[in-house]
Amino acid sequence: MNKCAERLYNGIIKENPTFVLMLGMCPTLAVTTTAINGVGMGLSTTAVLVFSNLIISALRKIIPDRVRIPAYIVIVASLVTVVQLLLQAYIPSLYESLGIYIPLIVVNCIILGRAEAYAAKNGVAESAFDGIGMGLGFTVGLTCIAIFRELLGNGAFFGMEIIPEDFRITIFGLAPGAFFVLAGLTALQNKFKAPSATNGPAQGSALACGGNCASCNGSACAANHSKLEEIRAQEEAKAAAAKKEAALKAAQVKKEAEAKKAAEMKAGE
Amino acid sequence: MSRLLNVSSSPHVRDTVTTKSIMYDVLIAMLPAAAFGVYQFGIQALLVIVVTMAACALSEYVYESAMGLPITVADGSALVTGMILALNMPAGIPLWIPALGGIFAIVVVKQLYGGLGQNFMNPALAGRCFLLISFAGKMSSFALDGWSGATPLAQLKAGQSVDLAAMFVGRIPGTIGEVSVLALLAGAAYMVVKKVISLRIPLTYIATTAVFVFIFGQQDMSFVAAHVCGGGLLFGAFFMATDYVTSPITPKGQIVFGVVLGLLTGLFRLFGGSAEGVSYAIIISNMLVPLIERYTLPTAFGKEGKKA
Repeated sequence: MNKCAERLYNGIIKENPTFVLMLGMCPTLAVTTTAINGVGMGLSTTAVLVFSNLIISALRKIIPDRVRIPAYIVIVASLVTVVQLLLQAYIPSLYESLGIYIPLIVVNCIILGRAEAYAAKNGVAESAFDGIGMGLGFTVGLTCIAIFRELLGNGAFFGMEIIPEDFRITIFGLAPGAFFVLAGLTALQNKFKAPSATNGPAQGSALACGGNCASCNGSACAANHSKLEEIRAQEEAKAAAAKKEAALKAAQVKKEAEAKKAAEMKAGE
Repeated sequence: MSRLLNVSSSPHVRDTVTTKSIMYDVLIAMLPAAAFGVYQFGIQALLVIVVTMAACALSEYVYESAMGLPITVADGSALVTGMILALNMPAGIPLWIPALGGIFAIVVVKQLYGGLGQNFMNPALAGRCFLLISFAGKMSSFALDGWSGATPLAQLKAGQSVDLAAMFVGRIPGTIGEVSVLALLAGAAYMVVKKVISLRIPLTYIATTAVFVFIFGQQDMSFVAAHVCGGGLLFGAFFMATDYVTSPITPKGQIVFGVVLGLLTGLFRLFGGSAEGVSYAIIISNMLVPLIERYTLPTAFGKEGKKA
């Protein structure tokens, strides 16, 4: 169960798909005009992600390696169709405002990315929790962006109008505003060092990801990682030893010089 | 007297021109246009100018102190940005809008990219476009002597005729700084005499626009003259397109830049949805500058004949 909780933390904070992995930028920039749209898009993606991770993880020993991508796409596309029909039936307003971006969930890189990077290598329960974590992380990212854009551009918070019409900055509701808000929030996240894959504690590690990403768990990468870390530790130990030796030598030289000086002084006397 | 010969490395030719002196020359050159704007639109125009310049200088100061950078307010570049932005505003605008534009221009367009010399786009114009998209109504409601009316370009677009003499003096509705051709030319002449700008970009820009308007608009000299004198073309050509940071440094590149500007402006004015297109033409061309410079780089001395 601990592993499952770790998956949730990983998806929402450490490897947040929006602010850290920078995945799924197309829906992120396009549908975040209002907070409701952001939440709706995030939760739809979460639903697809959880079930696709679950099914792909369950089938991971059956799907042949060479045709895995088409197989994943078939699974994801079926799930997206289900979600699309459900939205159309029960939340038609959301279905209208999200438009083409619902079918486009099929090609959302978060879903295929998680299938490839996690679900295809790990057990069913962890994969499902990975889906929940990543999906909630995506939802949180979209909602944050959407709240700022709706507030500044439309003067509203979840549809409640707060700011009078004269003071609304329309550009935040349009495409450039999406980039401004995304850049601003990502910068803040980096500035305040919310622990994530890109600014984690493993600085100076030999791996680009800092040995901190999901792909480093239980794969060849982890083996490489430990080997590299070992080499690094050895090098550090060597450097430390060399330093110690140098210090010893310096001390010896100093002692000798002092002895010489003393001898000279004695001779002088 | 010692006969010591001092040997130093280049540069050997020195000049007293500094960033500061150039910026203050540009400010002086904009004074006639600003003064005419204040004379024509009243005290409200002066308030807009003061508030915008203050917002720019203050946001530069606040950003640089917050980031622990050297304070560069004294070099006048923020004041120039503020002045250009203010002269691009209609006089009747609520004062917080130009202030917001000034903050956006300095903090987002200039400082986030590394300060003076690093911005890829003219900060004042980016600020103006930001406001134009956000507050379309307020940014394009022009009034003169209490009457709000269409600008000459809008009248041209609607197929009406315009009064060229009034346009030359500046008795027309428009933004604070763009209305008087006379005042703008006076400022431009000052900059040319002081060698702050060369005429390559402004002349190719204006000429290309005129030719484009002549070919695709009406084959009528007064129509072309109205397009040259109207809107922000002269103000943009002399004061905004010639910004050192966002225009090419190669002579050939400056001519290409002017032609691209002219084509885009003509295209936006004649075939676009709005009557004016100078701001968008300039910021789009700003982004082409690295490309233009790469292809117009002159061959270095000694490398002739050897094309890399």
